[in-house]
Amino acid sequence: MPPLSTASLPDIVFMLLFFFMVTTTMREVTLLVKLKKPQATEIQKLERKDLTTYIYIGSPKSAALGNEPRIQLADQLVSVGDVQQWVILQREEVNEAERPKFTVSIKSDIDAKMGLISDIKQELRKAQALKLSYSANPASSAEEMFKAYRLSIFGRQAVFLGSLHWLRFF
Amino acid sequence: MASKKRPVPEINAGSMADIAFLLLIFFLVTTTMDVDKGLLVKLPPWTEESSEEQDIKEKNIFVVLVNAQDQLLIEEEYATLEDVRRLAKEFIDNNGDGSCEDCRGLRDPNSSDNPRKAVISIQNDRGTSYKIFVAVRNELLGAYSELRNDVAQRKFGRNYDELSEGDIELVNEVYPQFISEAEPVKIGG
Repeated sequence: MPPLSTASLPDIVFMLLFFFMVTTTMREVTLLVKLKKPQATEIQKLERKDLTTYIYIGSPKSAALGNEPRIQLADQLVSVGDVQQWVILQREEVNEAERPKFTVSIKSDIDAKMGLISDIKQELRKAQALKLSYSANPASSAEEMFKAYRLSIFGRQAVFLGSLHWLRFF
Repeated sequence: MASKKRPVPEINAGSMADIAFLLLIFFLVTTTMDVDKGLLVKLPPWTEESSEEQDIKEKNIFVVLVNAQDQLLIEEEYATLEDVRRLAKEFIDNNGDGSCEDCRGLRDPNSSDNPRKAVISIQNDRGTSYKIFVAVRNELLGAYSELRNDVAQRKFGRNYDELSEGDIELVNEVYPQFISEAEPVKIGG
C-alpha cells in the first residue's frame, strides 16, 4: 500500500486559516473606558447587530482623564447632552420598516452610578429610542450572580478571608 | 568573496503545515463571536411634565427602594438581594380580589388585587451603583419569568420558552409585566 500523501495538508489548513481570518470580526470600536459588565440570569440575546447601537460607560482608561465614569459613543468620549443627537442619527441609518426594532444597548461598568445612567435614559426617551438593553454576562444561576455581586463589593479581601476558614481547626 | 557555485538547497516544506496549524489555532482562540446579551426593558415615552400621577392604589404598588449605599428597602422594610425575587413573586401572585384563576397567591387583602393591577416600581438614588440596579432588575424579571413558567407548566405542561406564540400570549395575559423605573430621587445618604 502506498503511503498516504500529506503534501496537500498545508493547503487544507491554509484554507481553514483564511476562512477564520476573513470571518473574524475584530471589535469595531476600541474601548476607551474600563468595562466590567455585570452578571445576570434573565438575559436575552440581541438578534440583530445592525439594529443595535452601543453606549459604553466606564471610567476612562487613560489616567489623565480622571476616574469619573464617562460615556463613550463610537470612538470618542462624550457628555450626556450628545447622546440624544447621536442616537437619532444612528436610527436614521436603519431602514424605515425596521426602525421600531431599533435597540440601544447600554454596556456599562458595574461601578458606574445610576445618576449617569438615568441621565442617559432621559436622553433616550427624548430621542424616542425606547427599546433598551442593559448588557450583561450570563450567569448560570441566581446564586452565582449573588456571589459575583458580593465579590464585586468586598473584593479580594473577602475571598482571602474566606480562604482562611481552615484556621478554625487550630 | 568566494563565489563557488553551490547548488541551492530545496526548502523543506514539511513544517509548513505546523506553521499553518499554529496560525489557525491562534485565530480560533482569539475569535470572539461577540454576541451581545442583556436585560431588555422598554422605556416610557418622553413627556414634558415630569410624570403624570396615575391613580393606582397604594397596595397595588410594590416599591423597591435602593439608596446610595446600595441598601434595599422593599415595601418599607429592609431586605437583601436574595429576598427580592420571593417578595416580588408573593406580591404579583397575591390575587387579593380573587379574579385571577391561575394564581396561587396568599390572597392577603393588604397586597395586590391581581397580577393585572400589580405594578412594581424601582426607585433609586443618583448614587446607586449600576451593579445592584442590574441585580435587582434581574430579580424582578426573574420573579415574572418564574411565575409565567409555573403557569405554562400547569396549563400546557411545557416551559414558557417552549410555548407557541399564541400560548405565550395566554400566559402573558395572566401575568402581564409592569415594572417601572422611576427617575432617581434623593433618597438620602
